[in-house]
Amino acid sequence: MRKVLGHRLFWPVALLAALLVTNVIYSPDFLSIRVRDGHLYGSLIDIMRLGSPLLLVALGMTLVIATGGIDLSVGALVAISGAVACLNISHLTNQKDSGAVVLAVLLALAVCVALGIWNGLLVAGAGMQPIIATLVLMVAGRGVAQMITGGQIITVNSQPYHLIGGGYELGLPLSVLIAAAVLVLTGLTVRRSALGLLLESVGGNREASRLVGIRAGALTVTVYAFCALCAAGAGLMISSNVASADGNNAGLWIELDAILAVVIGGTSLSGGRFHLGGTAIGALVIQTLSTTVYTIGVPPETTLMFKALVVTAVCLLQSPAFRAKVLPGRARRRAAAVQAKPRKKEATAP
Amino acid sequence: MSTTSLREFAAQRRGYLPVLATTALFALTLEAGNYRYYGFLSGQVLANLFVDNAYLLVIAVGMTFVILTGGIDLSVGAVGALTTMLCANLVERQGWPPLLVIPLVLAVGAVLGAGMGYAIHHFEVQPFIATLAGMFFARGLCYLISTDSIPISDHLFTTLAQSHLTLPGGVFVSWSVVIAVLVVAAAFVVLHYTRFGRAVYAVGGNPQSALLMGVPVGRTVIRAYTVSGLCSALGGVLFTLYTLSGYSLHLVGTELDAIAAVVIGGTLLTGGSGYILGTVLGVLVLGVIQTIITFEGTLSSWWTKIAVGTLLFVFVLLQRIMTARRQHAPRHQRARRSA
Repeated sequence: MRKVLGHRLFWPVALLAALLVTNVIYSPDFLSIRVRDGHLYGSLIDIMRLGSPLLLVALGMTLVIATGGIDLSVGALVAISGAVACLNISHLTNQKDSGAVVLAVLLALAVCVALGIWNGLLVAGAGMQPIIATLVLMVAGRGVAQMITGGQIITVNSQPYHLIGGGYELGLPLSVLIAAAVLVLTGLTVRRSALGLLLESVGGNREASRLVGIRAGALTVTVYAFCALCAAGAGLMISSNVASADGNNAGLWIELDAILAVVIGGTSLSGGRFHLGGTAIGALVIQTLSTTVYTIGVPPETTLMFKALVVTAVCLLQSPAFRAKVLPGRARRRAAAVQAKPRKKEATAP
Repeated sequence: MSTTSLREFAAQRRGYLPVLATTALFALTLEAGNYRYYGFLSGQVLANLFVDNAYLLVIAVGMTFVILTGGIDLSVGAVGALTTMLCANLVERQGWPPLLVIPLVLAVGAVLGAGMGYAIHHFEVQPFIATLAGMFFARGLCYLISTDSIPISDHLFTTLAQSHLTLPGGVFVSWSVVIAVLVVAAAFVVLHYTRFGRAVYAVGGNPQSALLMGVPVGRTVIRAYTVSGLCSALGGVLFTLYTLSGYSLHLVGTELDAIAAVVIGGTLLTGGSGYILGTVLGVLVLGVIQTIITFEGTLSSWWTKIAVGTLLFVFVLLQRIMTARRQHAPRHQRARRSA
């Protein structure tokens, strides 16, 4: 029992379960999944489908945060990727041409990876604080996205493109399969090789890692490029789902949701350790939260309030100082034990 | 000026360099506008820089306090929006007297700021996350009040919004400008001539040393966020006067403009170094860019974003080069700062 309670995924999973139970209370057929035309339908599938762009973005964000960084530009990248893809597709004479659509998609991904490398170079090469280095692209990037779309909403009518966000494969939405595949591949890559350890080492102490021979700079650039690639994928899903690109609103505030997902999943924002599984659950929690707000009939505009309460609660529960001051008994002793261990970066955090 | 004396000057006055650079940039953008458009450098155009950006000026002043302590406040736009919403709702729908509402909304902003500061200091929540939660919270509250825009027709608000002050030379400014200038003056005095101001710089320079020297670090941090919350609320009141309405989508993205203004004004994002007057210049530079784009006559607002992003990049790079030089000797410090 203690082992279960102490597991790092216990609280995120408990939160997810609580949200699901709330939904079932308010709408009893919430958990039912129907098969129609060989496709699965149901609220759970919807949560996964709508949550897959967020999951993708949060995956990239997790690795960036693991290296002690943060990427605020993902929302702008989501907008840019959708804008580049839709602009190119809208110029096609035959929008049903799969080859041309694939080219447009690859171009969008490439543009975003280049921007991600730019972020990485600012952080690793110029030594800027990650929050500021990516703030530059967050501000300018959305301007670029609007410039690409000319301030309009570009609509496309392309069947192959629509598959990315709205298509089905094996009875499941294609976007869910893509997100799951990226999750599994990333998990295998970082955990079945030393890569994850190296990232955590860079996040723990960049200079020390560099001195023991880890190529901290190259790793940092790679991670930002990967994060940008994930954001670009999410941008394609979002724009393909609505068959249009909106430079102004696509991916608005997704960076904050992604950071929230990462934090709920138990990854430390100061870097040095990360949990991809936790991030996946965090992303599902956020998407379920939005759905729950709709289900229980609260005005959807208040979702932000609920998110604020969740962030506050999660952050306070994760804060050893809070646990030591507020929670009684065993939790206090455990928190005190955690605090007694030397904790990095406390010195710089004001 | 020969290179040697320039170098000596730079060594002696390194702290002023970013502000000088911003001044040069401000002059350059003004000159560019003047070169391109007839009548750009008229007194009224310059006065309008203040009229249109009075709210941003006040918010950026609050942000300067927080960034000087080494923190960041993402909630300023949302707190400002909440203020416009509270003003409009209480005055128009509940019929409360404006003279009661305005102090009340200022208090709400200050309390929200203090709450975030408390969580940041006492529970060691990162400033970024704590103020992010604050931002969600304040925007959520806006939506709870109303999802529609609430126009304001109250007598005091409309009078304040529409009356002008004529300066010598026949230039008009609004009362918001007077308030903003007073706030800047007050912040200048507080930062440079009070114990609290010195504590703000000390905490941002190095919280550990500050603590060892007896600076009340916790109180300073909490107060800095309180100042920021209060300034956001006051900025929100000025924005209410500017638009004569309350709306939950007001001031979206203002936190970024404020951060950009502070950074362009030469305040170090790592804290401990910067000037209020730099922030004023930063706001003015953003204002001139906006004015040039307006004069250009196109509605392509994205050029503003691209220009602001580019400027932000140039100035952060400039800061980076300068701080890297300053800390040439202790290598581990540099590593810590870049981490």
